Amino acid sequence: MALERTEVEKIAHLARLGLSEADLPRTTETLNNILGLIDRMQAVDTTGIEPLAHPLETTQRLRADTVTETNQRDAYQAIAPAVEDGLYLVPRVIE
Amino acid sequence: MHNLTLAEIARNLAEKRFSAEELTRTTLARIEQLDPQLNAFISVTDELAIEQAKAADARRAAGENGVLLGAPIGHKDLFCTQGIRTSCGSKILDNFKAPYNATVVERLAAAGTVTLGKLNMDEFAMGSANESSYYGPVKNPWDLTRVPGGSSGGSAAAIAARLLPAATGTDTGGSIRQPAALTNLTGLKPTYGRVSRWGMVAYASSLDQGGPMARTAEDCALLLSAMAGFDAKDSTSVDQPLDDYLAALSQPLAGLRIGLPKEYFSAGLDPKIADAVMASVEELKKLGATVTEISLPNMQHAIPSYYVIAPAEASSNLSRFDGVRFGYRCENPVDLTDLYKRSRAEGFGDEVKRRIMVGTYALSAGYYDAYYLKAQKIRRLIKQDFVAAFEQVDVILGPTTPNLAWKLGEKNADPVSAYLEDIYTITANLAGIPGLSMPAGFIDGLPVGVQLLAPYFQEARLLNVAHQYQQVTDWHMRAPAGF
Repeated sequence: MALERTEVEKIAHLARLGLSEADLPRTTETLNNILGLIDRMQAVDTTGIEPLAHPLETTQRLRADTVTETNQRDAYQAIAPAVEDGLYLVPRVIE
Repeated sequence: MHNLTLAEIARNLAEKRFSAEELTRTTLARIEQLDPQLNAFISVTDELAIEQAKAADARRAAGENGVLLGAPIGHKDLFCTQGIRTSCGSKILDNFKAPYNATVVERLAAAGTVTLGKLNMDEFAMGSANESSYYGPVKNPWDLTRVPGGSSGGSAAAIAARLLPAATGTDTGGSIRQPAALTNLTGLKPTYGRVSRWGMVAYASSLDQGGPMARTAEDCALLLSAMAGFDAKDSTSVDQPLDDYLAALSQPLAGLRIGLPKEYFSAGLDPKIADAVMASVEELKKLGATVTEISLPNMQHAIPSYYVIAPAEASSNLSRFDGVRFGYRCENPVDLTDLYKRSRAEGFGDEVKRRIMVGTYALSAGYYDAYYLKAQKIRRLIKQDFVAAFEQVDVILGPTTPNLAWKLGEKNADPVSAYLEDIYTITANLAGIPGLSMPAGFIDGLPVGVQLLAPYFQEARLLNVAHQYQQVTDWHMRAPAGF
């Protein structure tokens, strides 16, 4: 199915990707080409086939519920765009 | 010195013909002189390299004699390296210095390797040409007007040009094997879970796998021995003993059953590549192998399935790049949504944005069953094809790529045409089995790769077949002119 311009805008919003007016036609065309490739799989009969999420079909390994990490806040915040008093700064969220 | 393999370097270092520091300084000088032609490096780590080389010399003087002690290597720039830029080929991580080392980096450092730098790559490992890097395209040393393949193209070009004997790569849909084929290297994608993914910047978590790239199977065995093994930090790491990859190299091939999938030799394959592949089969027959035609009927569905699963996982993994805690942030955001949208729009390149959008669409309400679930069902069919094939044969052999290295920019206008270049490699990632590409000839001066696939955890078998082939051929020894 071909995507319309409004659907592309919606997907970009869901993905939190800014998309300029100028980019929309080219993006829409490229996405439709890719979806054309992907849609070929609809012809495959998968009746009764279980989806395969993990190549080795193993279950998630569990560990003891104990703290193993050390506090590295300073190291992590040293590479942050904006911090203050140990907090990450972003534009005002609540008016 | 630059023409030596890892195994040869080990012998020279052990016999004290040169020191690790001398080797490192020579290698750094060669990178400085020749890399501007290739753009294979994003960062050259001079100071770290000299420091590690001196440490390796000290360890050797104290009686240690590990095979990788003092060996120069490079890391694809998606392996986290403490205090050193880990860009993933993206503007969004251009200023990112990881606060920790990836397990692979840690293990190779513990073995005594010397890190010369971080290697160029397609942005977030998305690409088959190494043209989507924020740092510009990498050139193929066999023809500087052509691509080296992607996404581990920087690793491939650096080794092929003899700037490094070996490097790490990662393979989500063929990103070790395809550039290895296009630049005349040996590259191994191990079984999913064999090599820790901890500290690798994730693209598609159920497909990504780190592995070695070098000129010979023997060197890949040396690297894999150090890289592989259980890692408690990676929840998908497999707790299973390692094989002795070096010991396995010398096994004779008498009785080896090779399967040739008829689907690999159909329309779309350059006939000259088919001829080169069949010539390699003849060599392996002389070594005692037998050959059977097999079928992998669902191979044709691998690319559509991959281009749902990988983007879906990417859209989730790449949601962490939001401009809040690390990486690029846009100027003067008006609110939080504007911060997210502009940081990501300005930080990501076109191919990454395309795949995030495809993945977001595939996972969005109303489309999940039609796309993601359908793709995961096809993934099982592909795995079942391999399970059935390996009841008849020990290894599967075919071309690694349908075409030779193409001209830079040739496929930029049509992403779908570039996606089709991974047609022979993607199935191994979907099924999780190991795959290896080895040099198998030249056409018009450009390298041809042959791919070998094996059942789960049989990396030793792949390395063994490639090593035995490399004992009777010299394709892997050939160097590009000017390097």
